[in-house]
Amino acid sequence: MKADVVLAGVGGQGVLTVARLLAEAAAADGFHVVQGELHGMSQRGGAVQAHLRISDQPIESPQVPRGRAHLLVGLEPVETLRNIAWLAPGGRIVTAIRPVENVPDYPPIEQVLAALRRFPEAILIDAHELAVAAGSARAENLVIAGAAFSLLPLTRGKLRGIVRRRGERWTEAEREAAIQALAAGRAAIGGAAAVHD
Amino acid sequence: MTTTTHETAAPAAELMLGDDAVAFAALHAGIHNAYAYPGTPSTEIFARVIRETKDGGEVVAHWCANEKSAYEGAIGASLAGRRALVTMKHVGLNVAMDPFVNSALLGLGGGLVVAVADDPGMHSSQNEQDSRCLAEFARVPCLEPATPQEAYDMTREAFALSERCQVPVVLRLVTRLCHERARVRVRPAEPPKPLHKAGPRQDWVLLPANARRLFDGLLAEQPELRAASERSPYNRRTGGAGRRGVLTTGIGRRYLGEVLPEMREPPPHLHIATYPLPEALVRAFAADLDEVLVLEDGYPFVERSLRGLLPEACRVLGRESGALPASGELNVVNVRAALGLPALPLHEAAGLQLPARPPRLCDGCVHRDSYAAMLQVMQDTGIGAVTGDIGCYTLGALPPYQAIDSCVCMGASIGMAKGASDAGLRPAIAVIGDSTFLHSGIPPLVDAIAHDTDMTVLILDNETTAMTGGQPTELPDSRLLPVVLGLGADPAHVHVFQAHPRKVPELAALIRKEVAHPGLSLIVVRRECVQTASARRKHEG
Repeated sequence: MKADVVLAGVGGQGVLTVARLLAEAAAADGFHVVQGELHGMSQRGGAVQAHLRISDQPIESPQVPRGRAHLLVGLEPVETLRNIAWLAPGGRIVTAIRPVENVPDYPPIEQVLAALRRFPEAILIDAHELAVAAGSARAENLVIAGAAFSLLPLTRGKLRGIVRRRGERWTEAEREAAIQALAAGRAAIGGAAAVHD
Repeated sequence: MTTTTHETAAPAAELMLGDDAVAFAALHAGIHNAYAYPGTPSTEIFARVIRETKDGGEVVAHWCANEKSAYEGAIGASLAGRRALVTMKHVGLNVAMDPFVNSALLGLGGGLVVAVADDPGMHSSQNEQDSRCLAEFARVPCLEPATPQEAYDMTREAFALSERCQVPVVLRLVTRLCHERARVRVRPAEPPKPLHKAGPRQDWVLLPANARRLFDGLLAEQPELRAASERSPYNRRTGGAGRRGVLTTGIGRRYLGEVLPEMREPPPHLHIATYPLPEALVRAFAADLDEVLVLEDGYPFVERSLRGLLPEACRVLGRESGALPASGELNVVNVRAALGLPALPLHEAAGLQLPARPPRLCDGCVHRDSYAAMLQVMQDTGIGAVTGDIGCYTLGALPPYQAIDSCVCMGASIGMAKGASDAGLRPAIAVIGDSTFLHSGIPPLVDAIAHDTDMTVLILDNETTAMTGGQPTELPDSRLLPVVLGLGADPAHVHVFQAHPRKVPELAALIRKEVAHPGLSLIVVRRECVQTASARRKHEG
């Protein structure tokens, strides 16, 4: 089993958190895990990218090679497109659709979403709306984490446990919203099959 | 028991950053002292050391004013017979260069390891210099791990090597390894070394007579350092037969490993992880080869050495020969091309121009007020020179402000403003952060005060080292003013301005007044960083 994942978004959206949650879930399942990320300049509202490699064999490159990702996970539609070269032929895209328009020349959102829909394996999720429904607008990244998780060959329920543990200092309502957000993400995937070699 | 305190701190299943692995290894190696100045991608090493030692124990871990003072602290620890870790980013080693090079001559007591994080590709740096060159320059060993596990193991090894050979040892890391999370197996901790002053004195006092003798000693030690490198189990010969070999260093090995399954047969492969270069090993490897391709992140360091080492009949390929790009990181794409494998087909975002999304100043950031005020002033005065420095405020170079003319190195803003003013380019304004000012801004301010240079220094004081994640500055911000006045700046032209978005016109008026003053003036613009303020509020509940 081998699953290569590239995650993208805007600094502050929680891309690195999603990468860490998925990595910890895979590690708890006993897989080899390598997760790479950049800190520093990328955190100030700029483009952020993280890599996650999961395998039952030892892992070589610390980054997913371009053109090899089974799964491209996006928290922001333009950032998802920016990283499209990482996606393998037939790879799957899971992306939130709400734009972060902190740049002057942001293209019309309909054009961005249309470009994403050209990929037949793309799953577009209104993660913001689902997060609000789950009880916290800030849980948008957890909706996407829930969606991405259910496309990986990992044990169901693992992610929930990890989020619960990380949320030890949250209020009960915050924890409940987080769990609901994960579930909403999972539901948004429908019956799509897991992606991996 | 101090010997077991840190052993339990890293559960087997925890995914560790490469940086974390270095921190745990140093703690398990029994360090007593640890010093650092933050710098991406090295910062998390020290953040981890601090987190693991904050609840007591004997380890003294301090952020420092700059890398030079951090390194000097580590030498002092070695004089006391204690093991010491000092961490920094690659350009930080330039700042620490003086004590670093000279420490190679000393009769070190406790092991001294300097973990240096290089940033090939310049993800958050001003250059992509290769610390292996600086280790060679100082004639000290350098270890280059390829995985977080090796980062752990080789850090442990580095302390032993440093003590055995009485030289500082460089641990060379790169961004992708620093910020890679993986599982790391840790080993039982060693007890710390007892306090035991190293001697004799003439091995520590670098008067010319001593220095000549000690430098000869360092040169005489080189064969032993090379022999240790030849013996190192981290240098491995693998792969198959054939006449075209591949030599890897650091994470180059892992890019080769990634594409090996696609090669018809594995090429002869030598991995080098220790320097000085194990020349005998390399010669033996290349004896039957027509060609060696070198995969190394950073400068063509090994590639160049091979040109003088191997017979001319053996072609050496790498970043200098043009087989790989001369700058930027290695990756699977350029390694594939160098090995002659076909490029992979890549998707494109057809028909859509994607906007660049550079990092930006946070909403509510105090620097926004400073730049807004500065731009107002310059509409009237014209732009002379606005010299910038290293930190979040460097983002003032980007739209919408585009307010600074230069960013060179830590502290350069003040010295450059003086030079520009001396040359006649006025108004000359230096823009520097509070932490950067303490790091390297004080000596050039001494010069500007001594000559009452016609320039204005803006210390943008957000009360933290923000860019690297909000480490505390070495001195509380209340001390900035006494420092500046103590150096002799004219109190009539030194101000502390408590910033607020509503007070931008007031700030502009103050800057306008001081820019008009034909001598040195200095304004501290103060408001807490929005990131640290929000983290503090969260912490305080």
